[in-house]
Amino acid sequence: MENFTPFSATAGGALIGISVTLLLLFNGRIGGVSGIMNGVFFAPKNDRNWRLIFLAGLILGAFIFQLLVPDFNVPRQNYPLLLLGLGGFLIGAGTRMSGGCTSGHGICGIANLSIRSLIATLTFMAAGMITVYIIRHSLELVA
Amino acid sequence: MKQNLIALLCGIIFGVGLSLAQMINPNKVLNFLDITGNWDPSLIFVMLGALIVAFISFKWILKRPAPLLAEGFHISKNSSVDKSLLLGAAIFGIGWGMSGYCPGPAVTGLGLLSLESVILVVAIYLGFFVYNRFLGQK
Repeated sequence: MENFTPFSATAGGALIGISVTLLLLFNGRIGGVSGIMNGVFFAPKNDRNWRLIFLAGLILGAFIFQLLVPDFNVPRQNYPLLLLGLGGFLIGAGTRMSGGCTSGHGICGIANLSIRSLIATLTFMAAGMITVYIIRHSLELVA
Repeated sequence: MKQNLIALLCGIIFGVGLSLAQMINPNKVLNFLDITGNWDPSLIFVMLGALIVAFISFKWILKRPAPLLAEGFHISKNSSVDKSLLLGAAIFGIGWGMSGYCPGPAVTGLGLLSLESVILVVAIYLGFFVYNRFLGQK
């Protein structure tokens, strides 16, 4: 567990909590990133701009953080393209089918005491753990 | 206009949070999912940090008749635990475990000029499109 970073993880999480709080308090929107992403192209035309702006904010946030704390997060290199491409496709289809991702179900849904979101979260975590076991330890596709 | 400023602010705070928590490092996420390997429980602490804040604030906010800048709250009324929830969550989890990304970090990683993020975002939209076009209508 030498890479365990409980303090920065909790502080970063609290910032995410503040973000979803402000979005709900001011705009009445749930800060679920898969839903926000999907709506950029698939929501009614008058409900798209804020979504694109939120996503631009995500990118800007990481960019600013990187300027202030260089080399804190370094892009990964040489990861198998198939795992990225197929993985991304499954993320897109799966989050639409289940109506949310780590932020929408895992944070906002659970914070709103939704059993549906709790079950979704436990399910995608279990599926993720099994998948990592297979790709790292059974098939040994990645280290 | 004000709502767009809030959206921008919330996006920035969210992106800084993911960066500080190193959730835009996909190997750190994989190390969380790798419970039989060199396990890194950090992701649980990210969720706990977010949940403690959101649990308290949501309860308080949702007592209001309306949000500050909009006419109503847009919150899913769907509470059903059905096949599409379980299957969809499992499919998402498989993609998460394959790549080390979920949607938030995939987009946020664009701010690191990460090539992986570009691939992920394109592939996620392809998944949205295929589901919305051929499988969805729920």
